[in-house]
Amino acid sequence: MTKNNSRRDFLKSTALSAGGLILGFNWFGQEASAANIVNKIASEAGNNTFNAFLSIQTDGIVTIFSPNPEIGQGIKTAFPIIVAEELDVDWNNVKVVQAPLDTKKFERQVAGGSGSIPHSWQRLRKAGATARQMLVEAAAKRWNVSASECSTEKGFVIHTTSGKKLGYGELATDAAKLTPPADVKLKDKKDFKLIGSTVKGVDNHGVLTGKPLFGLDFYREGMKFAMIQRPPAFGMKLKSFDASAAKASASGIEVVSFKDKVAIVGKSTWEVKKARDLVKIEWEKAANLESSDDHNRIFKELLDGKAEVRRKDGDVETAFKDAAKIVEAEYQCPFLPHNPMEPMNFFAHVREDGVELVGPTQTPQNAQNQTAKLLNIPSEKVTVELTKMGGGFGRRLGTDYVLEAAELSSIIKAPVKVMWTREDDMSGGSYRPAVRYRFRAALDKQGNMIGYTLRGAGINAGNSTRQDNFPAGAVPNLLIDSAEHKSPITTGPWRAPITNFLAFAEQSFLDEVATAAGKDAVQFRLELLEKAKTSPAGEIKYNIDRMKAVIELAAEKSGWNKKRKGVSLGFSVYFSHASYVAQVAEVVMKKGKPVLQKIYAAVDCGVVVNQSGARNQVMGGIVDGIGHAMYGNLTFKDGSPDQKNFNAFRLIKMNEIPAIEVSFVDNGIDPTGLGEPALPPTGGSVANAIFKATGKRLRNQPFIEEDQKLFESVS
Amino acid sequence: MANYNLKINGKTLKTEASPDTPLLWVLRDNLGLVGTKYGCGMAQCGACTVHINGEATRSCVLPVSAVADATITTIEGLSEKGDHPVQQAWDAIDVPQCGYCQAGQIMTAAAFLKKNAKPSLEEIEAAMSGNICRCGTYHRIKEAVQLAASKK
Repeated sequence: MTKNNSRRDFLKSTALSAGGLILGFNWFGQEASAANIVNKIASEAGNNTFNAFLSIQTDGIVTIFSPNPEIGQGIKTAFPIIVAEELDVDWNNVKVVQAPLDTKKFERQVAGGSGSIPHSWQRLRKAGATARQMLVEAAAKRWNVSASECSTEKGFVIHTTSGKKLGYGELATDAAKLTPPADVKLKDKKDFKLIGSTVKGVDNHGVLTGKPLFGLDFYREGMKFAMIQRPPAFGMKLKSFDASAAKASASGIEVVSFKDKVAIVGKSTWEVKKARDLVKIEWEKAANLESSDDHNRIFKELLDGKAEVRRKDGDVETAFKDAAKIVEAEYQCPFLPHNPMEPMNFFAHVREDGVELVGPTQTPQNAQNQTAKLLNIPSEKVTVELTKMGGGFGRRLGTDYVLEAAELSSIIKAPVKVMWTREDDMSGGSYRPAVRYRFRAALDKQGNMIGYTLRGAGINAGNSTRQDNFPAGAVPNLLIDSAEHKSPITTGPWRAPITNFLAFAEQSFLDEVATAAGKDAVQFRLELLEKAKTSPAGEIKYNIDRMKAVIELAAEKSGWNKKRKGVSLGFSVYFSHASYVAQVAEVVMKKGKPVLQKIYAAVDCGVVVNQSGARNQVMGGIVDGIGHAMYGNLTFKDGSPDQKNFNAFRLIKMNEIPAIEVSFVDNGIDPTGLGEPALPPTGGSVANAIFKATGKRLRNQPFIEEDQKLFESVS
Repeated sequence: MANYNLKINGKTLKTEASPDTPLLWVLRDNLGLVGTKYGCGMAQCGACTVHINGEATRSCVLPVSAVADATITTIEGLSEKGDHPVQQAWDAIDVPQCGYCQAGQIMTAAAFLKKNAKPSLEEIEAAMSGNICRCGTYHRIKEAVQLAASKK
């Protein structure tokens, strides 16, 4: 990742009236130009200022404000770890507080793209180190010694020659009055004590005792409850409604309509839900009502028709004409809902003098700006308080559910919490797009891949390829293009956008090519990487050595080269969101059925900030990847999804998971994110292992529906 | 609307609700006990699990009229200080990611371990497989149940 840090950081400090040090810092740094959807959304908001914030009280307690939204990725623990490491404070004396949206103090308050850690790593370190240096200077002044004779340890400044020591709390008031140093020395990575250790989640106690942490847990005196009936199908609009029965069902029920929606407002969730069922609504067709059968036809047209060229190296036509062998295959993945356990919800209070928003959002700044635009008021008039989120998986990068709450509050002139039921959530759109891929590979007589083509076809998927990803650069003749159908069915980023299905298709196809070439799956990939290094074709946008290292680590940990009786191994490797993950899936046959018993994951995310959090993310990402590859499917009939709750949409459960062994590459490189990168390689490693075990090549997700007989009665 | 004196977490709590209101919404909207979560509203995910007379029960489909005389325990009342062996194990293993489903997971595990103090791995999986964790923390949940069982 390249970051523009050329403009110098601006730091300032002010003394707390209660006595203590507050350190705020702003960066005028330009946002990284990472080519992912999340950053696109972030930049669309037009404002990317970032700032972290810490205060030290006279009793030595350090408060670290964590500005980024917490969706389960563990950022509320990881960010403060980095600050505390450089500050050299005892973790037990750190209090972590979620900061609200503050575009003056903070920059990039976004949860998405696995981008928070790489964006903030140096900034958080500097925040801690700057405060530490000011504390050292304050101590040196008090002792009348040189700052160079002082060191720090666990919240104390120590004069090394005399052994005198002072706590940070005793120094905080003096230190706060000093001018922050322009340059600070960061720790040598080998001296990290907290970073790379095992730190428990800072919200554990609240979570485990049922404290009100989440958006849906937010209640306010006088607040109204609301549910909204949205069009039952993509392509439908509101014709008319009769709310008389609903209004008579309980006291205080109000029914209003805006933007093809009917909102039911009342005094409790249950009364509102029952009243909603009583509103008689007529809908009418406004666009094509698409069904999955239509999509099958549309996909065929997209795969056979014209497409936009994304990357072209060499001469593909000649390569395929000269080929000794050609491998062709098509892969497909369905629409998926995000299904965070906490459904969409938001609190809004539109007052004369401003708007208060409270709830779960991955993009608070977008929520602020778009609400301001909707209500035609300045952004400064909109405040956004961030609650903890019951998952997000990309769904809460959208602001539709925030704007609905704001609009409704402005209409009814009251504070209101809009809640989506599970059915609302699953049929409310912003899905992972459905895609299909057509691959072709040309092999020469020695089994070298001399040509490679990929056509991506997607429904509202934009560019459904990642044209510069491996094996681009390793194949002399390559053509990658994509075609898209615009549908009324809405789509959006879903954990590891595009790569969450592309990686499965690509890593499975490469396995098919290796098999056709008579080569070992690992050797085949290593040979390709060697070619990318010695005779690169076109631009290479991944790090060959880092990819090679995770491949070798996964092979070593899984015993790839050791034959084990009855054990079939499947390989995959993927680079996404700046991290590298290789996987080996281990399948055994039980009663004639394949059983996934283990996945080995080798991960290079650079420095591991928190062992516990990182492992949790990798394992969870893999479980997510297995679950959706095996079971996830959202199909459509006349514009309406067939699956609306967990009785019809199958999520993976505890008795369906394999063992997972996670290994991290220890290379000391600045850390990259982990919320997403472990997921993409999963479908491929599993499909490749099942092929080894059964000879059945799974090309269509969900696997369970492609071949029910294969998996029947297998846990 | 009807009046109820519900026995929740060792206290008698007075509330008014229509008899068909699911206990989940009485807890959350009327009594401020928001630790019990809404996930699906049809007893499919387990986020709303509470104890009714000691049994792990889905509160999202349970009308309040059915529990007027029952002994109800929610996550807030599982222990006084949040130190029930299951809660302690969850913290020691650092189970949560987003945390939303975990109250339901803990309530299921606590009721299960009360009946089966020394469960096998298969029994744990069978008992816990009705609770969905979208973040996929199942490995740690399993480990935490084992740890809690070993401490009993």
